[in-house]
Amino acid sequence: MNGGKFMNKEHGVVVFGEQRNGKIQSVVYELLGKGRELADILETSLSCVVLAENIDNNLEELIFYGADYIYVIKSEELKYYQTESYTQGMYNAIKKLNPEICLFGATSIGRDLAPRLSARLKTGLTADCTCLEIGEDKGLWMTRPAFGGNLMATIICPDHRPQMATVRPSVMQKNEIDKSRKGEVINLKVDFDSRVNRTQVIEVVNEEKNKKPIEEAKILVAGGRGMTNKEDLKLLEELADSLEGQMAASRAVVDAGLMPHDVQVGQTGKTVRPDLYLAVGISGAIQHIAGMEDSEYIISINKDEEAPIFDNSDLGLVGDAKKVIPHLLFHINKAREEKKAL
Amino acid sequence: MKIIVCIKQVPDTSEVKLDPKTGTLIREGVPSIINPDDKSGLEAALKLKEEIGAEITVLTMGPPQAKAAIREALAMGADNGILLSDRKFAGADTLATSTTLSKALEKMEFDLIITGRQAIDGDTAQVGPQIAEHLDLPQVAYAIGINKTSNGLIVKRQFEDGYQMVKVETPCLITALSEMNQPRYMSVGKVVDAFNKEIKIWSMDDLELEIERAGLKGSPTKVKKSFTKGAKAAGKQFVLSPEESAICIVEKLKERFIL
Repeated sequence: MNGGKFMNKEHGVVVFGEQRNGKIQSVVYELLGKGRELADILETSLSCVVLAENIDNNLEELIFYGADYIYVIKSEELKYYQTESYTQGMYNAIKKLNPEICLFGATSIGRDLAPRLSARLKTGLTADCTCLEIGEDKGLWMTRPAFGGNLMATIICPDHRPQMATVRPSVMQKNEIDKSRKGEVINLKVDFDSRVNRTQVIEVVNEEKNKKPIEEAKILVAGGRGMTNKEDLKLLEELADSLEGQMAASRAVVDAGLMPHDVQVGQTGKTVRPDLYLAVGISGAIQHIAGMEDSEYIISINKDEEAPIFDNSDLGLVGDAKKVIPHLLFHINKAREEKKAL
Repeated sequence: MKIIVCIKQVPDTSEVKLDPKTGTLIREGVPSIINPDDKSGLEAALKLKEEIGAEITVLTMGPPQAKAAIREALAMGADNGILLSDRKFAGADTLATSTTLSKALEKMEFDLIITGRQAIDGDTAQVGPQIAEHLDLPQVAYAIGINKTSNGLIVKRQFEDGYQMVKVETPCLITALSEMNQPRYMSVGKVVDAFNKEIKIWSMDDLELEIERAGLKGSPTKVKKSFTKGAKAAGKQFVLSPEESAICIVEKLKERFIL
């Protein structure tokens, strides 16, 4: 098989092909989308390095999503994610490929592996980037939130290679699948010492996410006076589930005995600052506003266009929430399907 | 067992406000605290001390006022405190920070090093694993539980979709999540002791560290620019049909990477 658009395997962009139980993680496709863009600007190749005990299926998909070369390292030492064997595997790949740029998902695996690797390579690493671009100096400009999200900083790594970054999942866009793309899958042999892992995984437990307290939720769907019967709340619950968020309520709903006190937002309830606060049928009494005004993004739906909640919302929709939500559920699912369709 | 807990004094970022006129951070009056993940790491060490006996040393790098964080740790029950403080350490990125801390750790005896997963002012989660690499130690990051066994430790290691139970030999390094426990308060008796205890201060001269590897000079990454995201723009309000409203919301959620 031919190589990709740019033949030179060295000095390219490398993406860590994180897999769990043999399934390539969605952040990898997102990184390939961004990595392709960066590699094209630098006129170089994009490689993806996959480490696993055993993996065969779907590796060509990585090519269809933008990679030129897929390097596969297989070993029983890579059965579970363990820092030391994965570091050794990636280190070998990087030493072979001498990349300009190396990208990782900012997951609990990527954020464990990348720093260990950066210390071995004695190069810089920028965590949790939300924007990557090639600057006029041809270097990688990495922008990330700092100071609890109050500040954004653009970081460069001028004199060390590779330039390493972890990127938060869901931030970058994956490319449209292109089944005509050509590339090459290459097995890379790494000799692992049988004592490479000084850790031993003795149990693996996959668990359903338990509900967190609402102060820790990233997404809150809150109901108010406009949503005070059981069917309305059922609808809200479906909406919260479809957004992978949690339900919260204004005092009116809690006082009506429809929701427990520990999900009440406001002066006599809890103060929350989620990434998204979706206020449904909440008029926005000042006591309620006090509990949610610091949310990162506020969307409200209310029948009354004069409702004070709109003054504190980034996006306000005037209308009957009970009519909007079924459409919203439909379009959320549609967006998720589109994203999932590999 | 000898345990070293690395802590960082950080501004309480939940108290940081933006100046609505200039869009800059108001740093004055923001209280300094022990970084929450680090404090849980210290609590985990204190629990081990109660269960099996341990000598706990807290290590931090920072300006002279970072002594306050060490005093607090001593008042919670740590035995010793060391502060790495030198203008030459300033401006360090994670690699230079981890290198400096490692040089100090090389001078110390330990069976276990605990760091927090990440600090709330930087959120990088890098310094712990980098120290482990510099010192060639096995590491377990994202710990939400630590138990001693006869010849090592069993650590509950958190992932997004579950957890692993990981057996690790000592010496090793563990990074702790604040979810692991509820750190204790300072004890009244120990507060007095804490103020009488000597806190060692080590400077560049106390470490076998080349100047090119510390501080700003030793940092491969540089800040090109920083900016605030700006005050919240006045929101938009629309009167649309139910379906159009739904589409409008979904578009915004996509823009913000929620979908």
